[in-house]
Amino acid sequence: MNPASSRIVASSGDAAPAAAPRRDAQPFGHERAQRDDAVMQADMAALAASMVPPPPPPWRRALSRVSRLWLLVVFVVAWQLISMYGSAVNPQLEVMMPPPTAVVSAAADLAARGVLLTHILDSLKRVLLAVGAATLLGVPLGLAMGWSRRFRSVVDPVLEFIRPIPPLAWIPLSILWFGIGDLQIVYIIFLAAFFPIVLNSLAGARDVDTYLVRAGLSLGASQRELFATVVLPAALPQIFTGVRIGLGIGWMALVAGELVAAPSGLGYMINNARTLFRSDYILLGMVLIGALGLALDAGMRELTRLTMPWYHGK
Amino acid sequence: MSANESQVSVDNVSKVHVSMTGEPLLALLDVTFCVENNEFFSIVGPSGCGKTTLLNLLAGFERPTRGELRVGGELITEPGWQRAVVFQEYALFPWYTVAQNIRYGLRRKRLPENEQRRIVDHYVGLVGLRGFEQRYPRELSGGMRQRVSIARALAVNPTVLLMDEPFAALDIQTREYMQDELLKIWQREPKTVIFVTHSIDEAIKLSDRIAIMAPRPGRVEEIQRVDFARPRDPTHPGVVRLIADVKRWLRQQAFTAEHDEGRAHAAGEAA
Repeated sequence: MNPASSRIVASSGDAAPAAAPRRDAQPFGHERAQRDDAVMQADMAALAASMVPPPPPPWRRALSRVSRLWLLVVFVVAWQLISMYGSAVNPQLEVMMPPPTAVVSAAADLAARGVLLTHILDSLKRVLLAVGAATLLGVPLGLAMGWSRRFRSVVDPVLEFIRPIPPLAWIPLSILWFGIGDLQIVYIIFLAAFFPIVLNSLAGARDVDTYLVRAGLSLGASQRELFATVVLPAALPQIFTGVRIGLGIGWMALVAGELVAAPSGLGYMINNARTLFRSDYILLGMVLIGALGLALDAGMRELTRLTMPWYHGK
Repeated sequence: MSANESQVSVDNVSKVHVSMTGEPLLALLDVTFCVENNEFFSIVGPSGCGKTTLLNLLAGFERPTRGELRVGGELITEPGWQRAVVFQEYALFPWYTVAQNIRYGLRRKRLPENEQRRIVDHYVGLVGLRGFEQRYPRELSGGMRQRVSIARALAVNPTVLLMDEPFAALDIQTREYMQDELLKIWQREPKTVIFVTHSIDEAIKLSDRIAIMAPRPGRVEEIQRVDFARPRDPTHPGVVRLIADVKRWLRQQAFTAEHDEGRAHAAGEAA
């Protein structure tokens, strides 16, 4: 006799003197005893798997991902149509807003002359160098400021004094310091990216859950271990946010820097096209910056996902 | 037995908190008690009675304004693994798996690798989390998270296990189940436990002795021994009577406090 049925016998014995038994008045545990034990003991994982629909085949997923771009397609097609038929009404439109096909042929044109890739790589190199340097310097500074109130109170006034000065205001002075070239532009982008990275790292380290810090200390962590095992991982999501913002602002500063003084790059390309009245080149430069920014941000998000599996999905 | 021979001694401890407006507040006044080796000691009282402050002092997160706290004769000056804490909100490291969380204190102790693995394995089994070692805390239920937290604290083999309302965030069924589990673990591997709770039923179910605190100023009013054999039947007449007595006493305290406050308030208005 299994324990479930013996419980029923015992409790129905108690219930016997009660008034006429109703059909639905079963003693506690009756329902469970009636159920098939085999179902209860079935492999739960297999059961769960059998309830979930199978994942769609790869081509299906690729298709669904592509189909999410419909708004972008509508946007490009509308742009093409407006440019093409609009210029029939107003000939100026051909220069004011060249169609996407003109941008594509401009790209082919510049690529054939071998300058397009140089512009792209020069700009990309400057942004990555500058944001890389801003990360290397800004993250430790921000973490230290977030961790130590005393350090923060000393550094904060200096930082908040420099921060409101727009990076563009540094251009004349930076040309005097570094001349016209990569270093000067990298410096401008660095200034733009540095502050969001510092401030986000600072907030990340400062807002670490007190209970996690206490848990670490009460489990025997030294200050250094606490920093490495609690403060840093807790601040990591915000550090990544800071770097992403830094990258975005970096692109803005890049174009501004290259517009004023540069021997190459997408900003230079745009400015050069302005003097030549080539609006198709201008648009090409803008489109490329947008695409590069999007790609870098997607890369950063992928990196976030890979380095913080525990954070994914939040 | 003198205070120094006890496992934990709290000697005339007072704590003043300074409020945001700069007003000093007496959180604890002249608290004195001892906890014996392997004793299960609970601290109960209404919110604001200073029981969490008392636990923070024992953990070393805060320093007393006056008085001394000792564990094994040694003065408590800072947090450390000898007094591992289980928090109400678990405080698990979200970036570590269950196994890594339990291993955290063992790594800090620089134990040999295979020793760490053996201990983690033992406590994973003890708290019934086998099969969940590689999960992250956010994938677990509240009850399971608190098991990880208990395993993590026990793994460092603390002199005293400090527990700050560990089951208050759990639903009632899980809470009762976790109480039973904690008792089983404690009976299998005896340990000095200081357990803060606002639930008298919980304290009487678990403890050897209970310190009953009262607020304004936070103080220990009474230390009650609970002599019934474990597991304690909540319907046992003795247990029922004890619970009723303590509750009645606490209600009276609350009434008197409110009454006094009302009178003080009225006197203030009159003046």
